[in-house]
Amino acid sequence: MSSEQEQESIRCLVAKVGLDGHDRGAHVIARAFRDAGFEVIYSGLHKAPEEIVQAAVQEDVDVLGISILSGAHDTLVPKIMDGLEEYGAKEDTLVLAGGVIPDEDRDELKELGVAEIFGPGTSIEETIEFVRENAPER
Amino acid sequence: MNAEHEPLLEDLLAGKHRALARVISKIENRSPGYRDLVSELYAHTGAADVIGITGSPGAGKSTLVDKLAETYRDRGETVGVIAIDPSSPFTGGAVLGDRIRMASTVGDMDVFVRSMSARGTLGGLSTATADAVKAMDAFGKDKIIIETVGAGQNEIDIVRTADTVAVLVPPGSGDDIQTLKAGILEIADVFVVNKADRPGADRTVQELRDMIHLGEGPGMGGDAGHHGADAMDAGGADWGDDGDAIEDWTPPIVETVATKGEGVEAFIDDLAAHQQYLVDSGTRAEMTRQRYAEEIRTLLREDVHAMLESRIEDEGGIDDLAEGVRTGETDPYTIASDLLEPVEACLDDLDVDGT
Repeated sequence: MSSEQEQESIRCLVAKVGLDGHDRGAHVIARAFRDAGFEVIYSGLHKAPEEIVQAAVQEDVDVLGISILSGAHDTLVPKIMDGLEEYGAKEDTLVLAGGVIPDEDRDELKELGVAEIFGPGTSIEETIEFVRENAPER
Repeated sequence: MNAEHEPLLEDLLAGKHRALARVISKIENRSPGYRDLVSELYAHTGAADVIGITGSPGAGKSTLVDKLAETYRDRGETVGVIAIDPSSPFTGGAVLGDRIRMASTVGDMDVFVRSMSARGTLGGLSTATADAVKAMDAFGKDKIIIETVGAGQNEIDIVRTADTVAVLVPPGSGDDIQTLKAGILEIADVFVVNKADRPGADRTVQELRDMIHLGEGPGMGGDAGHHGADAMDAGGADWGDDGDAIEDWTPPIVETVATKGEGVEAFIDDLAAHQQYLVDSGTRAEMTRQRYAEEIRTLLREDVHAMLESRIEDEGGIDDLAEGVRTGETDPYTIASDLLEPVEACLDDLDVDGT
């Protein structure tokens, strides 16, 4: 525990955006990330895209995990990506999406810059592994 | 300063939020060269008022900080918030949950909320916090609010980064003996009885009032305590005389209901009065000096600590040394003096050269 050594920790924002009122899954992810040794900031429910962008920029997170169950990902995710770009944060933030996202919408999200989409049934280990491997080097 | 950091510093001074966020990350991570970066910040600091908010878990710190930030913004001032949460002693992971309650000011980038985790090391958090405050100060924030984890001795270190310390005391937080105990209540410049609409609030206010007057009483324990602390300070020069340095300030007690924003204006007035008092009494200069003294000490302690850790590694690691003690071959005192002997020898040599 030398105090001079680097103390890098993967920082994640677990974000609930839009109107869906169910965040059990987000809690489970937050807890699992914590147990994996990440620093997790949870946004709380019903956040607007600009609030998520503000939090992601100020907290300088490596990973932004967006959970959407309401089907509004087509409108909400682009707004978040634009906001990140505005602050120069899009390039080095690993953006993940999770929740209920139909297969046919996935390509579109990936084109926007979402790195991976984790649907229902994804194992937590898989998600953590993905974050460990893909968290941006800064 | 390293070439990568120069544009970052420029961007920070130019008011770019992303740069401020990145600088704080470098401070937290102790990235290579972060010290040079922080050194450069000092020239641009000194304008912000730094307010520390502490109190037991669940006292309503985040909610009050949120309302505080909102009120300052209404008055046209910019705000930086550092919210500290505990980290797991096992995995180092953390859920930083204070941001959730900072809902009044979302969408307003001029309230810059940064969550920090304790990341476990000795003295490391207070250094990182103090450095993050420097970054926000240099960025140009008018008010910087540090919200601490909750109870505990470590909190006292962190709030010493602040000019004014507010301690939240929720109603019904124990009998009057609790108010006599040493620790967190002693560091308060302002007391806040939050959740003042709950039963027991009046009693809590009364108990705090009794405690404050007891401390002021002539010839009573409080007075002697100050002198006792002074006497020790002459030798050990420590922070013990905090209360003494501002002995003419009597901490006010303000009642708030943070969830409804009640009492927040009065709280802000008390904070402002304390800041004014610091200036008028000349205490501010003294406090700033003490704070820098403490920063220097902390840095030195950390550096020496790091050097010793690598020395321990050279000796085969702490486990081997501890095993030696367990099997009765040696004892911790002998190990410590053996390890420190070369350091002492070096310092003695330096002395000789110097004179």
